Amino acid sequence: MTKKLALKRKGKDAEPTNEVVASSEASENEEEEEDLLQAVKDPGEDSTDDEGIDQEYHSDSSEELQFESDEEGNYLGRKQSSSAEEDEESSDEDDDEEEGSSDEEGEEDEEKDSKSKQADDKPSSSGAASKKAPTTELSKRDTSKPEYQDSDTSDEEDIRNTVGNIPMHWYDEYKHIGYDWDAKKIIKPPQGDQIDEFLRKIEDPDFWRTVKDPLTGQDVRLTDEDIALIKRIVSGRIPNKDHEEYEPWIEWFTSEVEKMPIKNVPDHKRSFLPSVSEKKRVSRMVHALKMGWMKTTEEVEREKQAKRGPKFYMLWETDTSREHMRRIHDPVSAPKRDLPGHAESYNPPPEYLFDAKETKEWLKLKDEPHKRKLHFMPQKFKSLREVPAYSRYLRERFLRCLDLYLCPRAKRVKLNIDAEYLIPKLPSPRDLQPFPTVESMVYRGHTDLVRSVSVEPKGEYLVSGSDDKTVKIWEIATGRCIRTIETDEVVRCVAWCPNPKLSIIAVATGNRLLLVNPKVGDKVLVKKTDDLLAEAPSQDVIESERIKTAVQWSNAEADEQEKGVRVVITHFKPIRQVTWHGRGDYLATVMPEGANRSALIHQLSKRRSQIPFSKSKGLIQFVLFHPVKPCFFVATQHNIRIYDLVKQELVKKLLTNSKWISGMSIHPKGDNLLVSTYDKKMLWFDLDLSTKPYQTMRLHRNAVRSVAFHLRYPLFASGSDDQAVIVSHGMVYNDLLQNPLIVPLKKLQTHEKRDEFGVLDVNWHPVQPWIFSTGADSTIRLYT
Amino acid sequence: MRRPKKYESGEATQYISRRAALRKLQLSLNDFRRLCILKGVYPREPKHRRRAQKGSSEIKVLYHTKDIRFLLHESIVWTLRDYKIFAKKSNRDRAIKDFRNLKRRLALFPEIKLDHIVKERYPTFIDALKDLDDCLTLLFLFSTFPSLHLIPREQSNLCRRLTIEFLHYVIASKSLRKVFISIKGYYFQAEIKGQKVTWIVPHYYPFKPQSRQEVDFKVMSIFVEFYTIMLGFTNFRLFHGLNLAYPPQFPSSVLQDSEESLKDEASFVSDRIAALNFELLRTDKVQEDEEELDIDMELLEQDGDSKRIIKMKQEAQEVSRLRTLFKGLKFFINREVPREPLVILIRSFGGKVSWDSSIFAGSTYDEADETITHQIVDRPSISTQYISRDYIQPQWVFDCVNQRQLLPTNKYFIGETLPPHLSPFVDSKRDSYIPPEEKALLDPSLIETHAQSDDDSEDEAEKEEEEAVDQELLDAQLQLAYQQETAEYKKYGGPDGVNEDEEDPEDDDEDDDEEEEEEELDEKTKRLQEEKQKMSVQSGKVHKVNKRQLHKAEVDEHRLQARMVKPRHRNLFRKLIREKQTKEKEEWLLRKKRRTHEANEKEARKTAKREARKEAAAAAAKASKLGK
Repeated sequence: MTKKLALKRKGKDAEPTNEVVASSEASENEEEEEDLLQAVKDPGEDSTDDEGIDQEYHSDSSEELQFESDEEGNYLGRKQSSSAEEDEESSDEDDDEEEGSSDEEGEEDEEKDSKSKQADDKPSSSGAASKKAPTTELSKRDTSKPEYQDSDTSDEEDIRNTVGNIPMHWYDEYKHIGYDWDAKKIIKPPQGDQIDEFLRKIEDPDFWRTVKDPLTGQDVRLTDEDIALIKRIVSGRIPNKDHEEYEPWIEWFTSEVEKMPIKNVPDHKRSFLPSVSEKKRVSRMVHALKMGWMKTTEEVEREKQAKRGPKFYMLWETDTSREHMRRIHDPVSAPKRDLPGHAESYNPPPEYLFDAKETKEWLKLKDEPHKRKLHFMPQKFKSLREVPAYSRYLRERFLRCLDLYLCPRAKRVKLNIDAEYLIPKLPSPRDLQPFPTVESMVYRGHTDLVRSVSVEPKGEYLVSGSDDKTVKIWEIATGRCIRTIETDEVVRCVAWCPNPKLSIIAVATGNRLLLVNPKVGDKVLVKKTDDLLAEAPSQDVIESERIKTAVQWSNAEADEQEKGVRVVITHFKPIRQVTWHGRGDYLATVMPEGANRSALIHQLSKRRSQIPFSKSKGLIQFVLFHPVKPCFFVATQHNIRIYDLVKQELVKKLLTNSKWISGMSIHPKGDNLLVSTYDKKMLWFDLDLSTKPYQTMRLHRNAVRSVAFHLRYPLFASGSDDQAVIVSHGMVYNDLLQNPLIVPLKKLQTHEKRDEFGVLDVNWHPVQPWIFSTGADSTIRLYT
Repeated sequence: MRRPKKYESGEATQYISRRAALRKLQLSLNDFRRLCILKGVYPREPKHRRRAQKGSSEIKVLYHTKDIRFLLHESIVWTLRDYKIFAKKSNRDRAIKDFRNLKRRLALFPEIKLDHIVKERYPTFIDALKDLDDCLTLLFLFSTFPSLHLIPREQSNLCRRLTIEFLHYVIASKSLRKVFISIKGYYFQAEIKGQKVTWIVPHYYPFKPQSRQEVDFKVMSIFVEFYTIMLGFTNFRLFHGLNLAYPPQFPSSVLQDSEESLKDEASFVSDRIAALNFELLRTDKVQEDEEELDIDMELLEQDGDSKRIIKMKQEAQEVSRLRTLFKGLKFFINREVPREPLVILIRSFGGKVSWDSSIFAGSTYDEADETITHQIVDRPSISTQYISRDYIQPQWVFDCVNQRQLLPTNKYFIGETLPPHLSPFVDSKRDSYIPPEEKALLDPSLIETHAQSDDDSEDEAEKEEEEAVDQELLDAQLQLAYQQETAEYKKYGGPDGVNEDEEDPEDDDEDDDEEEEEEELDEKTKRLQEEKQKMSVQSGKVHKVNKRQLHKAEVDEHRLQARMVKPRHRNLFRKLIREKQTKEKEEWLLRKKRRTHEANEKEARKTAKREARKEAAAAAAKASKLGK
């Protein structure tokens, strides 16, 4: 590399210019530095070549002569210093690189200092042996002596290694580092340890500019010029500081056209003729312009101007007139976004700001933003200046765009009605009085849930059957328990005979149906009933085996006679329900477990039973006699069948569409039937209308246990497990065209809850608009 | 006869899924999207999705078959295909480095023309006005955008130009009706040809880099492409309706689309606002006259005074008042106040406005101008103040416009805590919660009484509670007075005080005699009264109805009736009830929050007062001590 540089310089030197000469002093310094660099960078390279060149180069210069004398002194100083250094030197070759690097670092660190230092150093530099040996040597050589002499004589003190371009680590294991000109070993300078190094670092102010020469193992102190040079190289500038980058341009080849041709040959003829190819091209262009394929720059510019931005004109002639144009089919315009409310204000009323709870909830619904009550968090700013850009604004606009082109649209009728509107218009309950409104009496005495209640046809007494195996007879007006009849088993059902000329109560306990004379009221009547039940009428018809196995009639035992029981009808399965025919001669019982014999009809006057069905149509839940016609209603689990008892055939099957029927009641006129189900519903059947319910009522919140029509008033009631008795108005019109009117009137909720049961049975007073209800809380309550 | 097959007629043939539509149109999904946006074709919700989808129940994007057939005839489809061809060919040229050909091709870039689509989507001008909301909001947003990858600079420039033109129309026609500062931006509502046009101008600076999933600028850019054309034509017609030249011309100093202003965002914005401050060139030289409105009013009067007409008249009067709301007022906007919305407001209601000429261009007069009536300031204090003008916060202007009258400025003075800013878009006749501030606006008498009663009750409460403090104060004052008195007594030493003391006991004796006489009389009258009472018919006692029970009975009754709702309406009924309940709950919550807030504020005020009094008492005590 140095060679090249040197060669270049040679070339430059060859040029007859004064500049180089003028800057010789600088270049000389440069040379030194180059040498140094060479020493630092490629230690193996031979320096002799350089020297020769240097010599040549310097031989031309004349001004240097003046320089020498100054250098002479330096040289002397240098010699001294070098010898001193020899003594001092302790660093190893291995540390060389480290030193170099540290040197550079130091240099960088002290870049600022160096500038100021340079001023200080310069005066002292001459005396302080800062110059390096080769320069002085060279200059010396230049003066008078021939080359070989020069090298011989002056290098006595100079320790030049003669080993040549070899890796210096070969000498690592020896004490010496090579051989000098006299073939004497160059002994390695003593190596100091790191502490010495450190001490030197502290003591020596020039430590940062000391570099180890790998060839000789000597420490070399870099001069200011060296450092300046290194800096220039590091910063990527041309090393020569005197090099002028912007030197004036020398015109080697003139641009002026000379009058006389340089060459002697005349121009060719074709240089005077127009080019054919060009002509062709031009003609092609002209043609293209003519045809409009090509455009002139002006035209292109004009077109560009015209194209810039859309052109607007009067698109609509008037505001409302429409021109017939094809449009998309059945256009639905997108609904507009809601306008902002107070909460969106930058300074909303204080109540619209979120409190801690609302904030928490709002933040919690991060993943389901649609569930938030507001899509933004209301904020309050003290002044308009503080309001920042809304962070979700872009997103909101984008979503609106998506809405416009991606959201399916359809025309829908928006129901803008009040909830009240959906409630059917019914007359006010106040206009439909009388009906029971308050609880007026509680009959206490039973110890377990009261299953059933029934009222005397005259409306003075009351009978109730309970799970505590007793039947109690109460006086309605006073609430006094007149008589308690104990039975062997749980009383499932009681029914007072509807015939006012008899005083009989049918009591279903376990397998037995007891016909009891309550011995209350008119004594004549009691006597008459007793006489009637005293002896069995003669049996003229032989009963079939099927009936015999199912039912046995018998007179009551003596102890039971005392209690009032007159006749006992023993069934083959537990009885669930008993019901009287309106005349009081027939009564029907239900045994759900009885399979095809689960419903029985007994005739009291003849003490005879019959089984109306030969086949089981399902689990029979409830049976009922029609009040007027010879019809029999049988409710199975899902459906209700109506049989004609005379013709012995099925008249109608009512579809209830419910899971489980619990009870039935028929309107006294016999055209409407009310059915209660365990799935919270009550069904009103208009028997003339259809087999499907005329109306389904979901008045209760729990299973409906029983329903009852009033005999005189247009009222019906229902009792449910939600402890409520609901009294409703159920008007049936004689006009066939008019549908029955059903109005819920009053919810009476005074029963207490026991084991999920509320009201078990309801029954109306035969004359008054009073209702009795029995509950699981072992009470009977009267509402008037 | 052929038996009809399933899904060959009816709803199944009415709808077409998106995939099928793509196949039919031979377009890529991107092109199809572009086409749909430009043509305003949107998916449809079928009546029976199952039937429309030929039996499959998964949710597909369905289009009307007729719409797709309509797209098939659109000339844009060909342009879109040309794009594809263009891209292919120019890429080829680029690849083989045939730049001559490429240049030629670039000049022939297929342009989309949307004019006919605007006409087709909005057959009448009113239709276009109806759909202006989204258009304006999006363009106002885009007008603030920097140059982005998908949004070329020309597009946002065009948006700026068109929105400014629109604002000029609004100012010139004085059609602005309502404004609102929301946290999202400024809402403006103008009434143009009877249509209410609402748009939002976002708070500065709305652009923020967005991820692709959050915001797809490509889609928005297509919308803007259409909306610019639409707004251009709309502006054209609107300007012509007012006899204004279109495109509007401004003094050459403002709004030049030079390269410099394009580069510098701030200068562009200030130019934009400056442009708003100039009158537009008119094609006719006749000044605007407002006689037309009066004539209309007279005609209405002849028809008779039904309620509706009276209402209309009131409305018209209010509007006419609003149009000249700021007439004769001169505003000066301080530099920290967002200028654009204020300039629009003030200019469109007849006021004059200016700002600091050293910072922004386009100001018309200086701050030192003595004729300025209002200076809009948005900082807590200001060093130099002129006596001749009101220093108000910007909210005053907005509230004035919404109230359609000049409000007293004392609540909006510089440094004052502002009253809440209410939305003008809320229906005042709604049955839900109305904040007290709004109530006061609807019925001004309400607020006064409310405030008075508040003060009274407060005073009473304070009297009760702060008697102790008062006592201290009184004691201290009394002591002071006593000291002074004694000092005076010592000085002069008068016998007057002794005489007064002698007089007093005599008076007392007389009083006692009178009292005895009165007692005798009392006994007589009592007897008489007792007798009378025996004879008289006793007044009946008022039967007190337990209101709670009555209410409960009513509720029960109503509940029972509600159970009679027809089964097919039951779900709807439940939903309505639930909605009603949530609404009521919301209302209740707002009311509660307001109550607690007011209580807190009262408490704070009280403590402040108490402390002030205590301090006064302490000072008085000190004074008395010093007196000693």
